[in-house]
Amino acid sequence: MTTAPQRGTSAWRRVLPPVIVLILIGAIWDAVVHLGHVQDYIFPSIENVVRSLFDNWSPILESATWVTSQEMLYGFAISIALAVVLALAVHSSATLRGAVYPLLIGSQTVPIVVIGPILAIIFGYGISPKLIIVAISCFFPIVVNLVDGLGSVDPDLIKVMRTLDGSRLATLFRVEVPSALPSFFSGLRIAAVYAPIGAVFGEYAGSQNGLGYVLIQATPQLNTDLVFAAVFLLSVMSIILFVLISFLEKICCPWAGKGKK
Amino acid sequence: MTSTAGSSVPEPEAGIRLTDVGRTFGATVAVAAVSLTVPLHGRLSIIGPSGCGKSTLLNVISGLDDPDAGTVDVLGATTANDRLRRCAWMPQRDLLLPWRDVLGNAALALENQGMRRKAARSQVAGLVERFGLGGFERKLPHQLSGGMRQRVSFLRTLVAGKEVLLLDEPFGALDSITRADLQFWLRSAIVTEPRTTVLVTHDVEEALLLGDEVVVMSARPGRVAARYPTDLPAGASRRELLRLPEFTELRDELLARLEEAS
Repeated sequence: MTTAPQRGTSAWRRVLPPVIVLILIGAIWDAVVHLGHVQDYIFPSIENVVRSLFDNWSPILESATWVTSQEMLYGFAISIALAVVLALAVHSSATLRGAVYPLLIGSQTVPIVVIGPILAIIFGYGISPKLIIVAISCFFPIVVNLVDGLGSVDPDLIKVMRTLDGSRLATLFRVEVPSALPSFFSGLRIAAVYAPIGAVFGEYAGSQNGLGYVLIQATPQLNTDLVFAAVFLLSVMSIILFVLISFLEKICCPWAGKGKK
Repeated sequence: MTSTAGSSVPEPEAGIRLTDVGRTFGATVAVAAVSLTVPLHGRLSIIGPSGCGKSTLLNVISGLDDPDAGTVDVLGATTANDRLRRCAWMPQRDLLLPWRDVLGNAALALENQGMRRKAARSQVAGLVERFGLGGFERKLPHQLSGGMRQRVSFLRTLVAGKEVLLLDEPFGALDSITRADLQFWLRSAIVTEPRTTVLVTHDVEEALLLGDEVVVMSARPGRVAARYPTDLPAGASRRELLRLPEFTELRDELLARLEEAS
């Protein structure tokens, strides 16, 4: 394997800078906490956050992470399905575009903090209100990017398809959908960052488990190290989702970014 | 069917017939009162200054666009949809699908016509060698040179099996060596497998090499300013042709005309 060492160095180059930045931030963090004699409940040291993470893992955090990641993933999946259907509808008909697009934008201006409790009243403390909130927070960037991608195909390419006996459906599936894939994945990556926020808001509105539930319990108890541990887990989940999507994109669109001027 | 109606008319030599064709975009008159005929299996080159409506004319012939005035008849087809079914159109840029390999791109028209992907690929696989693409069947467009991409684009256009070939500056984006190479290759390809061809270019030599008739268009609004038959020996090599006195005379005449037109 002649390419192995090369790949190794490029992976290191990608991982090393953020790790250095993280260590630097951590060092400043700990220096401030220790030198300033900051109380643990106001701002815990990294050491205490890590300890809290391990101490609380099996009693609290493990099941909470599991619950929240389920909400995130299922909500994300629902938002993708919804976004694809909406984007295809908006793309295929100017009338539908005019009818649906303002509503899509409107749906984003309604504050989730307000919807959350209402959904909790309607659907109770189960998983469904969380799925709805995650889906609402995630689907918008996916729809917008997918619609843009579907519509930004070179008009000459559409003309070529017409002279090559391509029907509208053939043009959609052989030209527009594949060329929209890179922007679709861009939308997914943005949505991946919104997913944990949606899940936490959903849990804030009413829940019996999950990282948002842990946050809402631990904050008033001044259990600040547990709060930080839960936030850390949320970030990790979001990063994993993000990396997973980037990885999928590399597999699905090996041509992307190559040969383009 | 329009084709049977066309065959009953005793004019078998009419491939493409434009009568008083005009096309206006907003306040801009792109072409005005253009009348042209291309005989069946004839090769017409259209040259003219930029913006003389050459591409508009091709779009109108192909059925991608309809004229505002006049009529277009392509092998008996007069409506835009019928014309689209008869015309293959190849623009300056190769416009290959970057996610499809050479075979996949070339097979696009066959798949559009309802053939299964595998069957379509194996059908075009037999043609790849003749287009100088042997060994590159599974390469993606970004792995090919500009000249090869244009060959794939041309193969894709021919595979559609259309009677009429419309070429809109097909080699304009290539370097001069590759262009000369492909011009000559295309010339022999069209001679061995004749089709009614219209080529739009602003390269006088290309117009002479590839057409058996050359039309010079005037600047906007585009009109037919002059037409010249080119009677060049079919078997001659490019260098022989370029040295022929008929060729150089015609080239100078065309260049002079082109200057007048712009």
